[in-house]
Amino acid sequence: MGKLQDNWWKILGVLLVLYAIVGGLLMDAPRLAILNETIRNLYYHVTMWFAMMILMTASLVYSIRLLMTSSLVFDQKARISAGIGILMGLLGIATGSIWAKFTWGAFWVNDPKLNGAAITLLIYLAYVILRNSLDEEQKRARLAAVYNIFAYVLLMVFLMILPRMTDSLHPGNGGNPAFSSYDLDNTMRLIFYPAIIGWTLIGVWMGQLRMRMENLEKKLYDEE
Amino acid sequence: MVFKEVKALLQKELTLEWRSKFALGGILLYVLSTVFVAYLSFVKVIDVKTWNALLWVIILFVSTNAVSKAFVQEDQSKRLYLYTLASPQGIILAKIIYHALLVWVVSLLALGVYVMLIGNPVQNMPLFLAAVSLGSIGLSSVLTLVSGIAAQTDNNVTLMSILSFPVLLPLLITLIKLSGGAIDGLAWSVLSKYVIVLGLLNVVVVTLAYILFPYLWRD
Repeated sequence: MGKLQDNWWKILGVLLVLYAIVGGLLMDAPRLAILNETIRNLYYHVTMWFAMMILMTASLVYSIRLLMTSSLVFDQKARISAGIGILMGLLGIATGSIWAKFTWGAFWVNDPKLNGAAITLLIYLAYVILRNSLDEEQKRARLAAVYNIFAYVLLMVFLMILPRMTDSLHPGNGGNPAFSSYDLDNTMRLIFYPAIIGWTLIGVWMGQLRMRMENLEKKLYDEE
Repeated sequence: MVFKEVKALLQKELTLEWRSKFALGGILLYVLSTVFVAYLSFVKVIDVKTWNALLWVIILFVSTNAVSKAFVQEDQSKRLYLYTLASPQGIILAKIIYHALLVWVVSLLALGVYVMLIGNPVQNMPLFLAAVSLGSIGLSSVLTLVSGIAAQTDNNVTLMSILSFPVLLPLLITLIKLSGGAIDGLAWSVLSKYVIVLGLLNVVVVTLAYILFPYLWRD
């Protein structure tokens, strides 16, 4: 057991996620046509995407630091962040798909945001495949970092620019109201922002555990 | 300094390509066969959107194929030799310029054969050609960098596609919008934003390749 001052953020993460689950399901939410009670999915679906993007950005930063220092710790961190980002992305797609079924009538619709999500996953799955096709550690770290940086920038271009060139079913695009225009949004914000922080902290904790496990495995393997 | 280097490297690429004409012939034949497959599958494409999308899918595959061998011929010893002679920045710029030319020629050929066999609904051909030209710069830059990554693995062919296709999508979608507008003969005022986006994308891609390539090259 570590000290409280080292581990407070884990407790905070758990509490925030618990709060998001309990509060998200019980607290008052705006009553809107079509969305109805599914609006509560905002606390889970959208926050998953935020957590994913934060983790992917962390992965990018580690990749840049790897190229600057060639220290393999950063490679491990970049890989683990991307892996947990993929998990968050899959959860985001699953929750989004259920939501889409109830509001738009289909599990998958042709929408720039959905396509952006799918491409994010395609890019990071390709990143995983690239890593697995290389054996030499230094080379793998370098190539994966280069691809990570390259893909991240172009992904941002895709996510930022292209939805503005076409209509989207998502709020704030093509005549749909943005969430900020809802009159009760302040109560929603009370859960929305803590939920983002909560998921991110849980993600970081998962990453840390994963890294400790890998290091222990490596130690055991080296001793044998 | 860099310009001189790029010029010399570009000359080297062109000479090498000319010496192995069968490889160039292979790419050209690849274009012909792919378009012919599309022709026999569709015979006549009435729907303009399909015409456009099919053409760009063909161009995507043909250019991926053409650029995928960008670094394969550069084996370990040859790379070391080049490393002592030229800067990585010079090498990537020369490779990008060379492959932009290659992709441009190949895309124009694909367009020509495609128009001949499947028909030509394009109303504003100069703008369409401009889209193809702008596209070949972006396509070649992304594909050249990815080829530099993929060539160092054992899984070259598959990786080339899975690494580049998702990254190429912003470029490809903008290209399809612009060329779709050119086909319909839309006004320049409507389409100018796509040209600007394409230009910016090209700048971003070339800059990234320029910055990142030295890390691929040093071993």
